[in-house]
Amino acid sequence: MELNKLDLFSIRLIAPEIILISIALILILLDLVIKRKETIAFVGVLGTLTAAYVNYKLCAMGWTGSTLLGMFAFDGYANFFKLIFYINIILTIFISLRYMVLEEASFGEYYSLILFATSGMMFMASAVDLIVLYVGLELMALSTYILVGITRRQVRSNEAALKYFFLGAFSSAFLLYGISLTYGLTGTTNLKEIASALQNLNLLENPILFLGMILVIAAFGFKIALVPFHMWAPDAYEGAPTSITSFMSIGPKAAAFAALGRVLFDAFGPMHVQWSSILIPLSVITMAAGNIIAIAQTNIKRMLAYSSIAHAGYALLGIIAGTHGGLSSMMNYMAIYAFMNIGAFAVVIMLRSKGFRGEELTDYEGLAKSHPAASALMLIFMFSLTGIPPTAGFIAKFYIFMEAINAGYTPLVIIAVIFSAISAFFYLRVVMYMYMKEPKAHVTLSTSPAIFLTIAVTAAVTLILGLFPSLLVELAKMSIAGF
Amino acid sequence: MLEYTLIPLLPLIAFVINIIFGRNYIKDKAHWVSVPAVIGSFVLAVAAFMDVQSGKVININLYRWIVSGDFNVPIGFLIDPLTAVMLIVVTSISSLIFIYSIGYMHGDKGYYRFFAYLSLFVFSMLTLVMSNNFLLLYFGWEAVGLCSYFLIGFWFDKKSAANAGKKAFIVNRFGDFGFGLGVILVFLTFGSLEYTKVFSDAGSVIGKTISIFGYEVNTITLICLLLFCGAVGKSAQLPLHVWLPDAMEGPTPVSALIHAATMVTAGVFMVARCNPLFSLSHTAMTTVAVVGGVTSIFAASIGLVQNDIKRIIAYSTVSQLGYMFLALGVGAYSAGIFHLYTHAYFKALLFLGSGSVIHALHDEMNIQKMGGLKKYMPVTYWTFIAASLSIAGIPGLAGFFSKDEILWRAYAGGDAGRWLWLLATIAAFMTAFYSFRLIFLTFHGKFRGTHEQEHHLHESPSVMTIPLIFLAIGAVASGWVGIPPLLMEHGDRIGEFLAPVLGPPKGEGSHAEEWMVMGLSVFVGLAGIFTAYIMYLKKTELPYKIGEKFQAVYKLLYNKYWIDELYDKTIVRPVLSVSEKIILGFFDAKIIEGVVNGVPNLIGAFSQRLRKIQTGMLSHYAVAMALGVLVIIGAVIFLK
Repeated sequence: MELNKLDLFSIRLIAPEIILISIALILILLDLVIKRKETIAFVGVLGTLTAAYVNYKLCAMGWTGSTLLGMFAFDGYANFFKLIFYINIILTIFISLRYMVLEEASFGEYYSLILFATSGMMFMASAVDLIVLYVGLELMALSTYILVGITRRQVRSNEAALKYFFLGAFSSAFLLYGISLTYGLTGTTNLKEIASALQNLNLLENPILFLGMILVIAAFGFKIALVPFHMWAPDAYEGAPTSITSFMSIGPKAAAFAALGRVLFDAFGPMHVQWSSILIPLSVITMAAGNIIAIAQTNIKRMLAYSSIAHAGYALLGIIAGTHGGLSSMMNYMAIYAFMNIGAFAVVIMLRSKGFRGEELTDYEGLAKSHPAASALMLIFMFSLTGIPPTAGFIAKFYIFMEAINAGYTPLVIIAVIFSAISAFFYLRVVMYMYMKEPKAHVTLSTSPAIFLTIAVTAAVTLILGLFPSLLVELAKMSIAGF
Repeated sequence: MLEYTLIPLLPLIAFVINIIFGRNYIKDKAHWVSVPAVIGSFVLAVAAFMDVQSGKVININLYRWIVSGDFNVPIGFLIDPLTAVMLIVVTSISSLIFIYSIGYMHGDKGYYRFFAYLSLFVFSMLTLVMSNNFLLLYFGWEAVGLCSYFLIGFWFDKKSAANAGKKAFIVNRFGDFGFGLGVILVFLTFGSLEYTKVFSDAGSVIGKTISIFGYEVNTITLICLLLFCGAVGKSAQLPLHVWLPDAMEGPTPVSALIHAATMVTAGVFMVARCNPLFSLSHTAMTTVAVVGGVTSIFAASIGLVQNDIKRIIAYSTVSQLGYMFLALGVGAYSAGIFHLYTHAYFKALLFLGSGSVIHALHDEMNIQKMGGLKKYMPVTYWTFIAASLSIAGIPGLAGFFSKDEILWRAYAGGDAGRWLWLLATIAAFMTAFYSFRLIFLTFHGKFRGTHEQEHHLHESPSVMTIPLIFLAIGAVASGWVGIPPLLMEHGDRIGEFLAPVLGPPKGEGSHAEEWMVMGLSVFVGLAGIFTAYIMYLKKTELPYKIGEKFQAVYKLLYNKYWIDELYDKTIVRPVLSVSEKIILGFFDAKIIEGVVNGVPNLIGAFSQRLRKIQTGMLSHYAVAMALGVLVIIGAVIFLK
């Protein structure tokens, strides 16, 4: 692996990541001289848009390929996920501005950490080598731990960060162990080479390799919050500042899905029967636990945490299918989930005001009377999360179920549909509280133009993708055309 | 393409604007949003009609909503002569009703909501008639049902209105269940939901059967009967007619909209639309004809003795819809649609006229307490007369041409047709009778209400009477496009216009027979009016005497054959008791409540215990993760 092999010109393919990391560093410096956090946030958004634009230009020029000695792939699959990440950054910053002031935690490094975390995710989505994958994952994870605990005067935030950190370290150990076992047997960390080694060295039935694969799945299962590796999620989601809850219910999850999809399809592709037989029970207990425990929640952030666990269970169906169609439906799912979930969290954030947390379900009682617009939008997000047409959530579920059926997993889909029906209970309960109950206390909304924009965009996308799903479905299909 | 898309889209936009901004901003200016929208639709519909008249058939797929393997759902429009006629009917009547509502609903606290729902209703109906596939048809079908629920129960704080809304919705569920199955069966049989594909492939399915519980059933017949179930519900035919008379609990413009332009005509339209399928099944056709014929006389007979002004008109609608199905059933599709079209005008007029009366009398609906309103409300009176003469089938008016066409087609349709013709002719007599009973009791004689009411009697404002005048023109003249060839060469322009879609009418007969049918229909119409005249103006004691003498019959009719009571005993009560005792008492109370309360308690207790050992929680989590991996490994090893 001599350095001269590194084609310097091909470095351009990681230009978006380079831009994002540079901006993150600049933000730390700016924080020293600029007092207004809005300015820092603005620079962050600008930097993200630049990265996104450069990324788009690279795509538009038709450049695909790999760089960093073949460890980093610039392809449609990765770019699709990066699109989700860019959107995630921008909308998270939008909903944070006012909220972080309320939480008395308006620090400049907050925005910087969001960018660092996201660059980690981008490396995960692009990694075609287990080492790059691991480094990306750690960059993402370490930044997220800090973000969870950034409201450092709140005990529950500290507790959440610490738990997340310890368990995260635990899962990293799983991942590393899995990687080393795989490397020990195949002699490579490159995904494609692992796949060919599996065939050439006749490792398909090898129990040690199987063990390695299980550990890798468990590590990603932790990030995705699959049961039983989900235990951190409700605590971390509840303890973290709400904007970060929203951020990490989308970014790290999508990144881990991207990495899991690539590892299982590229490296362990020939072992589809084996890994799908592990993922199927995981997906079933994830959907079961997520949906059933969510019913019992009284705190909306915790409820959305369990909802996010349940959604991971549905999205897993796309990977289990093991087909390109399944993979693209999983990508769809992630993109749609991003919009509807950020939207829901944006409404939750609006309820937070000085001296009022607004996180309990009972805080939503009679909201439709005092704030009809916010309630109507929340209704859209809740319908979408339930999967009721014509919202995008229906489309996401429809395609993933359809692809799973086409791949022959009908019983699994039936189970998923049953749990999806159960989920209506706790999503629509929010709607019921808003519309059917009498208001108890007066709730003031903390609105700002940025939040307004976020909710308007997410609600519009949720409806538009529900009515014109082909916009996204075709994009996802196109993205993995050469996968 | 955009101009066609805008036809349903304009009312939808009006709905969205009114529902979002209505409560706080638009309030009592809601009509400025909805009325221009629906008039815009009307103008575009006329343009579309012209396009179709010049020989164009518009079949466009806007886009495909869902594409997945074999299953693909296009969102698209088909505007052919049939749809064009429907578009004109729906948009023109709706426009007039919208304008009328400005006056009628003035000052109502739900004014914006009313116009929002009204717009949504029109959007749904337009989607239904413009769809080019069964799924979008189904969407419109259900959306119409939903809107009817909103609007019939518009005054939801009035219990009877809320109940009527529920009744309409639930009764329609019965029919819609069949309709839904029909749509699924269409997809399973033809592998597509698009009309063009389904109708062109219909021939290849003839004679195919599917087995249900061991019985071999003809596929086409089954599809048609299932679809017809939906039509029976939506178009209020026996035995699912019970919701329509109750639907008058809604504001009167809603009744007019439901009875004339939207909703009830959906069933007739759907059967006409699916004529390539129905024509292949003799059984289905006979069913349609018999249900229609029997309903027409059944509902007319109930109308004879009712006292509620809107209820009489409601039964008249059920009866007239029966005529339409009779026509469809004997293969005279264009006659059915022709009657739908003329009926829309005079029925909307009757309802809006009755609304005007009710408005003047401050919500009095009992015709026994009216009388002599002619001098106070001349516009309402004369337009009412026009509509009633039309429905009674007086020559030259719209109703005459369309009803005569149906009677003649039924007569010419063979043996079964003769019997149905006989029923329909008797029903025509009843129609004339009850229509003029209503007029004589309401507008003639002496006023029988309170002094207070008499003092306030007044003609409605012009925003209400002008729509009446326009509708009266329709009630008189709309039939002139369908003059039978017997009277005028090439007079049946609407029949010729619709022929490419609906085919030429079947049945043969001599000119002499045709004259006989026409003569008889005119005769019974006049006889009905005359009888009403004798009974309610000349010998006013006669109705009581007859009522006394035929008490059993009177009671039977007055109580609407006790159908509501029958349903209440056989369906409503058993279902309620099952749901109360088993679902509410056991399932809800024990299982759902148990889970809902039990799980949080359980988890609450669990987490409470865990909270005491703060660090213990983290290790629990870690143990769970490790155990998870171990279990997976164990399972892999042992289950291999």
